[in-house]
Amino acid sequence: MNPATPIVTGDAAAEARATTNQLGMWVFLTTEILLFGGMFVVYSLYRGVYPAAFRQGGQTMDFWLGTLNTAVLLTSSLFMAVADRAVRANRRRQVTACLLVTILLGLAFLGIKSYEYHAKYAAHLVPGSRFRAGGGRAPQLQIFLFLYFAMTGLHAVHMIGGVAAVSWLLALNVRGRLSPARAEPVTMVGLYWHFVDCIWVFLYPLFYLVGR
Amino acid sequence: MRSRSARPFSPPLSLVFGALLTLLALSAASSFLPPAGWKTIAGLAIAAVKTGLIALFFMRLKWQRGLIRVVAAAGIFWLALLATLLSADYFMRGRW
Amino acid sequence: MSEKADYLAVDYSMRSWFCTLDHKRIGLLYLSSITVFFAIGAAAAAAMRIALLSPSGDLIVSDVYNRLFTLHGVIMIWFFLIPAVPNVLGNFILPLMIGARDVAFPRLNLASWYIFMTGASLVLYAIAAGGVDTGWTFYTPYSSTYSNSHVMVMAAGVFIAGFSSIFTGLNFIVTIHRMRAPGLTWFRLPLFVWSLYSTSIILVLATPVLALTLLLMALERGFGVGIFDPKIGGDPLLFQHLFWFYSHPAVYIMILPGMGVVSETLACFSRKAIYGYKVMAFAILMIATLGFLVWGHHMFVSSQSVYAGVVFSLLSFLVSVPSAIKVFNWTATLHRGSIRLDAPMLYALGFMGLFTVGGLTGLLLAMMAVDVHVHGTYFVVAHFHYVMVGGMVMAYMGGIHYWWPKISGRMYHEWTARIAALLIFLGFNLTFFPQFVLGYLGMPRRYYTYPAEFHSLNVMSTAGASILGLGYLLPLFYLTWSFFRGPMAGPNPWNATGLEWRTSSPPPTENFAATPVVTTGPYAYEPEEK
Repeated sequence: MNPATPIVTGDAAAEARATTNQLGMWVFLTTEILLFGGMFVVYSLYRGVYPAAFRQGGQTMDFWLGTLNTAVLLTSSLFMAVADRAVRANRRRQVTACLLVTILLGLAFLGIKSYEYHAKYAAHLVPGSRFRAGGGRAPQLQIFLFLYFAMTGLHAVHMIGGVAAVSWLLALNVRGRLSPARAEPVTMVGLYWHFVDCIWVFLYPLFYLVGR
Repeated sequence: MRSRSARPFSPPLSLVFGALLTLLALSAASSFLPPAGWKTIAGLAIAAVKTGLIALFFMRLKWQRGLIRVVAAAGIFWLALLATLLSADYFMRGRW
Repeated sequence: MSEKADYLAVDYSMRSWFCTLDHKRIGLLYLSSITVFFAIGAAAAAAMRIALLSPSGDLIVSDVYNRLFTLHGVIMIWFFLIPAVPNVLGNFILPLMIGARDVAFPRLNLASWYIFMTGASLVLYAIAAGGVDTGWTFYTPYSSTYSNSHVMVMAAGVFIAGFSSIFTGLNFIVTIHRMRAPGLTWFRLPLFVWSLYSTSIILVLATPVLALTLLLMALERGFGVGIFDPKIGGDPLLFQHLFWFYSHPAVYIMILPGMGVVSETLACFSRKAIYGYKVMAFAILMIATLGFLVWGHHMFVSSQSVYAGVVFSLLSFLVSVPSAIKVFNWTATLHRGSIRLDAPMLYALGFMGLFTVGGLTGLLLAMMAVDVHVHGTYFVVAHFHYVMVGGMVMAYMGGIHYWWPKISGRMYHEWTARIAALLIFLGFNLTFFPQFVLGYLGMPRRYYTYPAEFHSLNVMSTAGASILGLGYLLPLFYLTWSFFRGPMAGPNPWNATGLEWRTSSPPPTENFAATPVVTTGPYAYEPEEK
């Protein structure tokens, strides 16, 4: 067991504070693991019970858009990671550029997602009274689609939060409030951003690669 | 990209990114092969490796203190508890 | 004593209270809110008990009765029991107990309270708009498909309040890891801190599952179909699995901090160290961990597989072991101690007895053969009220009285407090013991009528409830009175160990003039030389 915290001042205090902040963010991310993970468990259960309906569900997804979106998010994570390094190396311009690219890629992701949602709506694939069964559509297809909207919808809400947070970082940087000594916000938002990306990395095979 | 002196081996971010895109291409390409059982496992395994890369290198888990790694692992462990006991019920319904 | 103002006197403005970052003031914000919520939940209980004086349901129609017990459950569980010790006593005492200036994230702490109040507002709005009739458990398919009540709003309120829980747990975990005073190693921590730590782990790991469960249920209500809907191949029982995965650990969120309080007060008022400190700490961790593995015991008769039932039954027996160990160790602490029967001690002793009864009846319920008969009866109601009210609320009252001098700087009137404690104990037993008998005899829960042969037991229970209500009302008056007019307490009126007693009462905003250094273990009580 580690001995209790010695009293620290100056640089050591700043580093101790940074560790405290990061511990807090990781605890928060663990709660998100349970939040999304619980839904993954539900997905796995139903997929085990209705494999044919889930394969059918995979066919209704737009494979290329999903793959593109995955690439978009992976790229955005790269730029967030570069932004983190840049702020610690005091490269303010690079920070602005990277954050801006991250925001644009995040918005692109959301745009593609909205397009997909709309396409589903138009094809009467939204579960509920608008759903049109028949044409060989299994009734349990609605379970797949429900989970699709629930899980990617929750993910999209997190993305919106992420884009807002990165925009806040951009505003901070433009006003000169970020520096190697005050780099914590970038790291914290970065952790969140990467985590939301990881969630999508798992959503991709579950929804876009099933049945192919 | 230069490495910091505190880290024994810090791969350039672009290298990690290249690996991520390669893995994505692999899983996407596998969907063009004829349907088979192994593809689900492969897809999930590739996702796990991608997540591992992001966590270790973008989120710097590789260089974090043990407590933070325990916190990250705890979430996954608890999820496994939920999954195990829950599926035990579903597997055994109708059997016993 | 320096001239520096304490945390209460430093600023009297409304703004200084509603924009405070001081964990002590935030604790008091929670205290005020949850007292109001307790009153609302208690009013619903009073209405039900009065209605149950008559076997034929003359006072309240069934639909209203359903909304009353739902209100009672939702408010008491999420807006009283879960925040009670952690958010009131934990917020106030934890940083003091570890020699810290505040929690790790003070702004997040204040945000937690506002989030809590937002959730509460939605729930109160749902109640005012007519309420919900699904029960606090929101079982599908009734909640997701058939109920015509304000399910979405109430579920949204609970969902939002859940984030308050998560952020509090997060704050406490990081605080305990990172902000202990020099020399305060893990095994020198008071057991109250261990209990808050374990509670926080549960808060952080279980509450997200509640969030996702309520979300899925609400989406099903919104879409019109969903994954709990048999029409499209869904399973209503899946909701119960997910719901109880949170809600069973939730009962440990409620009881563990209470157990921590009992350890503190027992040690102080026996003038003895807690017997078997390390075992007690591990028992706390074991309860928290095993508590995640027993949720299926709420579903023995819900059509889960018998195999799952056997597994959950066995695990439920196991989780009783660390709880029992704690009761044994508290008893051993009392043995040959210098007992002082002040109010906090009366509450602690009451806890020990009533929690034991509640726990033993829990074991009975863990046996499938018994549960098949008493599931859904008053036996279950009595069981959980014994642990929650006889256990948890008494521990909360004990903690409030024990730390009242620290919080307010004043002492309350001791004999009035003892009488109130006694009234609560007697009233409680008269209310709930007859319910064990009623349940065993077959009276179902959540029913607004009952067969005439159960009449006298119901009347007894209502009579007990009126005494219990009086017992709860008294502290509201004498504690409030003492806050403004009670005699000054001084830094350590109980002569207790613990860092919180090494600063003035009430403490200054920054808690300690200089960070204390710890060199001994907890509970370094000397045998009293009279």
